[in-house]
Amino acid sequence: MANITMSPSDAGAVQSAPAVMVRSYWQNVGYRLRYDYLTLFFGAVVILILLSAIFAPLLAPMDPYQSSLINRLKPIGYKDFHLGTDELGRDILSRMLYGGRISLTMGIMPVLVATIVGGTLGIVAGFLGGRTNMLIMRMVDVFYAFPSILLAVAISGAMGGGVVNGMLSLTLVFIPPLCRVAETATSQVRNLDFVEAARATGAGTFSIIRVHILGNVLGPILVYSSSMVSVSILLASGLSFLGLGVTPPEPDWGLMLNTLRQAIYINPLVCAIPGVAILITSICFNLVSDGMRAAMDVRL
Amino acid sequence: MTATEGSRTASPLSAVDRKDMRDRGGDAQPMLIARELKKHFPITGGVLNRPVGHVRAVDGVSFTVMKGETLGVVGESGCGKSTLARLLMHLIVPDSGELIFDGDAVGESDGLSVRDMRRLMQMVFQDSYSSLNPRMPIEDSISYGKKVHGASEAEAKDAARELLTKVGLDPNLFGPRYPHELSGGQKQRVNIARALVLEPRVVILDEAVSALDKSVEAQVLNLLRYLKQHFNLTYVFISHDLNVVQYVSDRVLVMYLGEVVEIGPVDEIYERPKHPYTQALLASRLSMDPDDRIEEPPLVGDPPNPINPPSGCRFRTRCKFAEKICEVDNPVLGDWATADAHVTACHMFVPRSGHSMAVSSASGSAPAPSGTAMAGGD
Amino acid sequence: MTAYILRRLLYAIPIALGVSIVCFALVYIAPGDPLNSLLPEDASAETIAMVKKAYGFDKPIPVQYFIWLGKVLTGDFGHSIASGRAVTDDLFKALGNTVLLAAGAVMVAFSLAFVMGLVAGYHSGGPVDRVVTGVAVIGVSIPNYWLGIVMVIIFAVELNVLPATGMGPRGSDTFNFWEWNHFRHLLMPMVTLSMIPIGIITRTTRAAVAEILNQDFVETLRAKGLSEREILIHVVKNSMPQVLAVMGLQFGYLMGGSILVETIFTWPGTGFLLNKAILTRDLPVLQGTILVLAMIFVATNLVIDLLQTMVDPRLKRG
Ligand SMILES: Nc1ncnc2c1ncn2[C@@H]1O[C@H](COP(=O)(O)OP(=O)(O)OP(=O)(O)O)[C@@H](O)[C@H]1O
Ligand code: SF4
Ligand SMILES: [Mg+2]
Repeated sequence: MANITMSPSDAGAVQSAPAVMVRSYWQNVGYRLRYDYLTLFFGAVVILILLSAIFAPLLAPMDPYQSSLINRLKPIGYKDFHLGTDELGRDILSRMLYGGRISLTMGIMPVLVATIVGGTLGIVAGFLGGRTNMLIMRMVDVFYAFPSILLAVAISGAMGGGVVNGMLSLTLVFIPPLCRVAETATSQVRNLDFVEAARATGAGTFSIIRVHILGNVLGPILVYSSSMVSVSILLASGLSFLGLGVTPPEPDWGLMLNTLRQAIYINPLVCAIPGVAILITSICFNLVSDGMRAAMDVRL
Repeated sequence: MTATEGSRTASPLSAVDRKDMRDRGGDAQPMLIARELKKHFPITGGVLNRPVGHVRAVDGVSFTVMKGETLGVVGESGCGKSTLARLLMHLIVPDSGELIFDGDAVGESDGLSVRDMRRLMQMVFQDSYSSLNPRMPIEDSISYGKKVHGASEAEAKDAARELLTKVGLDPNLFGPRYPHELSGGQKQRVNIARALVLEPRVVILDEAVSALDKSVEAQVLNLLRYLKQHFNLTYVFISHDLNVVQYVSDRVLVMYLGEVVEIGPVDEIYERPKHPYTQALLASRLSMDPDDRIEEPPLVGDPPNPINPPSGCRFRTRCKFAEKICEVDNPVLGDWATADAHVTACHMFVPRSGHSMAVSSASGSAPAPSGTAMAGGD
Repeated sequence: MTAYILRRLLYAIPIALGVSIVCFALVYIAPGDPLNSLLPEDASAETIAMVKKAYGFDKPIPVQYFIWLGKVLTGDFGHSIASGRAVTDDLFKALGNTVLLAAGAVMVAFSLAFVMGLVAGYHSGGPVDRVVTGVAVIGVSIPNYWLGIVMVIIFAVELNVLPATGMGPRGSDTFNFWEWNHFRHLLMPMVTLSMIPIGIITRTTRAAVAEILNQDFVETLRAKGLSEREILIHVVKNSMPQVLAVMGLQFGYLMGGSILVETIFTWPGTGFLLNKAILTRDLPVLQGTILVLAMIFVATNLVIDLLQTMVDPRLKRG
């Protein structure tokens, strides 16, 4: 063994390798998603729903606030009211389109904010460990000890109705689970040698988290928060249904369900419409999230 | 450190005597002095998850590393080799003990800051699989350290590409790749490049070649030799493979249950091992020559639990020379600070220690205990 | 093992305290003076002074918390603003009705979902699996209050076979499970409430069954000549603990999550109580009900966790 002789240039001989297509993790995920037609389809529906909410002012045939005593509770297809009218004679189709704006905002915003806040808390807790972790995670456990709808009802019930209070309470509902997911993912990654190696270069905590941790925990966090959007939409319209979220006369799917409920004996079909919108949106978000989970589940 | 050069055929990773501009003390000033390093990991349990004991992973380890040499560190799995490496890098904070880098105490107000020390000393990690960020092209993994220390994006990238060439990987082909697209040997080359990007003086190699096939291992060892000369490096080479350690080291340190049991020049250790543990280790390695093979394994049983190590000498539960004194007193390692000294922590080598086989003078040679076959040697 | 159980029990105490702090804080996050939240608007100066003293409103907030906690621990949840009755009176009556509803819903969900999950897991990847998975997605995606309305439209309005609201004939406020006239009031709320657990239990069962069938020893059993029926029994036995645990968790969840369904069917349980409290801004009732429901949730989780570790000591969940 001792007489292996090699010149430095031998040892440094450049290794060649067959040219392979180099794809990053995210490119891989994108590649997988591109061939998952089911997810693509439901993703397209989600985008359509979002677009129709954004462009509601252009799409809505009538003024969603314009009530009319003579046109109250008309059936589907009555005159120009393609989806009928509500208890105040307002056009359901227009209210559905406008309602999407509030319902979707109330569903998506809390998850977005909770992803940022809860994700940050979880990453910090997971990376620092020790007492900081204890402190953050025990606090999270307390909020985890409430069934989600109960917590949302408790907070917005105490603070009083309104869109802002509703969103605030929903945000509080989603911070704990996101914090947990982020914490679990981070504490798994932080014990890997490449994080130690980064520390060994003298890098600071912030730089390590940004460069080395984030890329490895973002996947699980995003998958989880995407699955929470559907829950959030259901909870948000649930709050409005209870009179805790959106207040009349604003159009909102949950609130419309509530007010139309009085009319089930007169015009049952129309009463069911807002629920269909919630159901379709929720199913689509759920399936897109499932597709994302499958696409991101690649061990490298 | 040319002293060892004369005494044996030059080891492939042996001393290079070239002056380095960055030297602070002279040639004779050790690169690294570790004094009484200690790390006990608490183990929790019980109802309240309170600490109920400690793993004495590293328990009072002292040694020196001279400039330009390769110090081999051997010992069974779990004896604390990786913990020692992490302590040297200050990746875990020692419970006690001090570390002196080229004359400056590390982590003390009047000494060398940990951050500066980490530029001068780097480490190659044991597990090449988890030591590279799976979401990062290897080029970026290498250049990261450079950027941390203030280099621009372009400078860092250039440095990374140059090092990739140096470790034998074509930067155009490999630079943009992700770790999962590399073989084990290639990954380890990347790990080495990453350790070198900050132009360190010392590189700690924790089982750097252990996971590799024999042929790949030889290639990487040659690469290490080349890099050592090229960059004028000092190595701390950790391994449980006695053959490899013999091949690369100038001096060897033997660990047992968190303690140093023997340290000395490589030929001394391999030809005239003093400590019964070292003798057993050497005897237990597979010899190439079937006639040399020993019938019964000299080292029986698993090492004792590092949570409750035996009193006195930690090796006494497996030592065939153990006597009363070994149970009472923990033998101390002699004069470890002298670079070329061959010292051991065993009562048989302390004059008037009370052991029946104790040597008569401090410089006494091994009692060559009967029955310990001196198998091995290559 | 014992240490683990003790630790788990000890660990539940700070959680329970945390939950009580959150509930206590509800009165303070309500807009306006907390004192006003606890008293009817037309309260006499006398009553105001009395309540002020009883709750220590002149003292620092931590002291107020401990005074409140002391009262709660002795079963004093204050008085309803709307009715003036003690909160506990209404609360415990409602609690029984919610237990009935939630337990019924979980039973319905379990019997349907276990069969569906079993079949889907057994034929995993096949067309049956796809259909069942689709049903499960709908289960967790459907707004159950909407489903309630649809069911009312179909069964009460169009077919007129089931009552739309209440829990007994002519506004009866007692319930007799064995009497059809009562029981038929339970049907729609129960089925409506079972949708989410159906989705979740189906998914759990499917995953558990597919995983068991994937293990090597099932091959061994087949090789040994066991019939498919015997293998199925084996699969059912092995997946049951996990599925039952999820079912238990769902029960705890429904106890606190039945507010929407109870509101639609005016089922006089805790959810309906909560809804009334929200409409009338009756904070003592809101606070007491939420506290009790959250504690039930904590307790259910604790019990299931302990049962699970006893069945399988390897599962020491943090
Ligand atoms: N973070 C830690 N917490 C608790 N115990 C630890 C920790 N790290 C290491 N140990 C323990 O310290 C002892 C020494 O571990 P170490 O990894 O240093 O051994 P090693 O010599 O490198 O072994 P190997 O050859 O298997 O790599 C072991 O008993 C190990 O279980
Ligand atoms: S001190 Fe005693 S027990 Fe320890 S190695 Fe020496 S002879 Fe063996
Ligand atoms: Mg190791």
